Amino acid sequence: MGILLDGHDLVLVQGITGREGSFHTLQMIEYGTQVVGGVTPGKGGEWVHGLPVFDTVAAAIEVTGANTSLVCVNAAHATDAIYEAINAGIKLIVCITEGIPVLDMIKLREHLRLTGSRLIGPNSPGLLTPGRAKIGIIPGYIAMPGSVGVVSRSGTLTYEIVYALTYEAIGQTTCVGIGGDPIVGTNFVEVLSMFEDDPQTEQVVLIGEIGGRAEIDAAAFIQAEMTKPVTAFIAGRSAPEGQRMGHAGAIIAGREGSAAEKIEALRAAGVRIAENPEAIPGLLAGDRPNRRV
Amino acid sequence: MRLHEYQAKQRFARYQIPTPAGHVVTSPQDAYAVAAALAQPVVLKAQVLTGRGGRGSGVKAAFNAAEAQNHAAEMLGMKIKGVIVRKLLIEPVIKSVASIYLGITCDRNVSRLAIMASNAPIADIEASAHLQPSTIIREYIHPFSGLHNYQVRNLANGLNLPREHWDDFTRIAQRLYRCGIESDATLAEIDPLALTPDGRLLALSSRLVIDDNALARQPELRAMHDSDAELRALAQARAAEISYIKLSGQIGCIVNGAGLAMTTMDMITTYGDGTVGPANFLDIGGGAQADKVTAGLHIILADPDVKVILLNIFGGTTRGDEVARGILQALDEIRGEGPLVIRLMGTHAEEGRTLLESACPNDLHVVTTLNEATQLAIAIALGTL
Repeated sequence: MGILLDGHDLVLVQGITGREGSFHTLQMIEYGTQVVGGVTPGKGGEWVHGLPVFDTVAAAIEVTGANTSLVCVNAAHATDAIYEAINAGIKLIVCITEGIPVLDMIKLREHLRLTGSRLIGPNSPGLLTPGRAKIGIIPGYIAMPGSVGVVSRSGTLTYEIVYALTYEAIGQTTCVGIGGDPIVGTNFVEVLSMFEDDPQTEQVVLIGEIGGRAEIDAAAFIQAEMTKPVTAFIAGRSAPEGQRMGHAGAIIAGREGSAAEKIEALRAAGVRIAENPEAIPGLLAGDRPNRRV
Repeated sequence: MRLHEYQAKQRFARYQIPTPAGHVVTSPQDAYAVAAALAQPVVLKAQVLTGRGGRGSGVKAAFNAAEAQNHAAEMLGMKIKGVIVRKLLIEPVIKSVASIYLGITCDRNVSRLAIMASNAPIADIEASAHLQPSTIIREYIHPFSGLHNYQVRNLANGLNLPREHWDDFTRIAQRLYRCGIESDATLAEIDPLALTPDGRLLALSSRLVIDDNALARQPELRAMHDSDAELRALAQARAAEISYIKLSGQIGCIVNGAGLAMTTMDMITTYGDGTVGPANFLDIGGGAQADKVTAGLHIILADPDVKVILLNIFGGTTRGDEVARGILQALDEIRGEGPLVIRLMGTHAEEGRTLLESACPNDLHVVTTLNEATQLAIAIALGTL
């Protein structure tokens, strides 16, 4: 049944009246997600795709019983929307917004820690549990139900890899985009831990990239705690040092954050490393080892 | 976004962080006048924004005004990493009895700002943030309670800074912190903070890097950006809101999404095997909008190193035929010479590919997989096709 989405998710879309918000709301409904309403301050009382729009998250929860939110709000207002969701009691928040200032994320991380809400993102494509529900913008057609958990810092690269798996008839439990920013609400280790505990997930594909230590921390966790096999792809092997590669978080700082360093750490933890995205299904489909040899 | 050193110092001055009395000049005559007015040995610093490590190559000392004028004549108009020097910062040479590094940056791995100090110069503080060498003393700043004076005293103590300077040092550190926070800086640094023979602390060199994501709420800083002092292609990319980095190879890449763009670059590098490589990194964003493809083509067609263009698009929720129409529209608008490999994937990609194939001239190749696309682009670049 996958992770994070449990089938009882009643989803709000913050920013539902915007072009993106409205479009992806429809995509989510068509995929089977229980979207119960939306929030746009100043537009309470309107309707979008037959769903009620509220001025505040609190009002939306009161009427719809929502427990999950997609934040589809521009960068200038996204942190405000996330705080509103947290403080109204939403437990799972997915934020696809790109461009939230890092100083805002530092404060938000601390606030999340104190409140216990979970944030996926920002700058995340969202979550998708094939055949059940999706929150965010991951296209539904690329995925199929199965036993592989996918966790990634990327957007289109994730689609690429999930599509490659589906093409080879290798289904997925849940696909999680944790986001490409330097500071995100949920890191690899937390998602790996959920996959490890999820009975449906038999193995995991981790898609990382240059910048920061999230993959190194993941390697340590895999080594110490995981029994399920992990296959990884790390983007940015040829990236120059000191340059931000598209994602705010994708930057090699001095000796830290290079692909080589991450690949080495993951390999040492028993993770199979794919040379390119199209090689991933081959690494999974053959023998499926119980654990590193 | 990086600020020039003189801009950073102007910002510091507003927060009463002491800096040398500097002036910016754009001509040798002005350099003479400034040096003559200072009436002491000066240092001339070229003001260019060439990514990291811009220091060193563009710094000269002069003992008198005539020498300053000669240096200025030499430095103005010269190129540092491809960028023409148009401005010089001239400051008096300051004697110092001790040099301290003091910097504040974001340590992403602990989601905190860190303030760091050292008695030795630090080449790359962002890397040092987590490498944690013992010569660097660090304190983490809580996002809600801010920087405490005791934390700065911990730094001063660790540096063995004589106690009579602790108050001064604390004031400067607190001002640097406030300046950094209020400027949305991802890096605010003084390197070095000099202790002068008469017992003053002075910020000799400074660097401020502003969070690109915060520029919308920092209009004053945004207006300070000097696009003349960076590569033209970078300025173009910034204006079009696409992400571009020039590399040394021959295959121009246009890709939607940062991870996929890096992957494309990696595969070209691997298969190119040292003979051909990517000419650039270019991410038009996760969507596949025609206007961004057009902007990307403009930048890449202006690059004389490019022998072949590889357009790699994974259409997410956008239909392949729509993406194809967008590409055709872009090509219509700007159809440069030279071969083009297009890889189109995603929903209704087949329709998109058919559309491209039927509408396109013969130096355009439409492929399906990432492997095909990179191998084909490499073969074209090598002339082995």
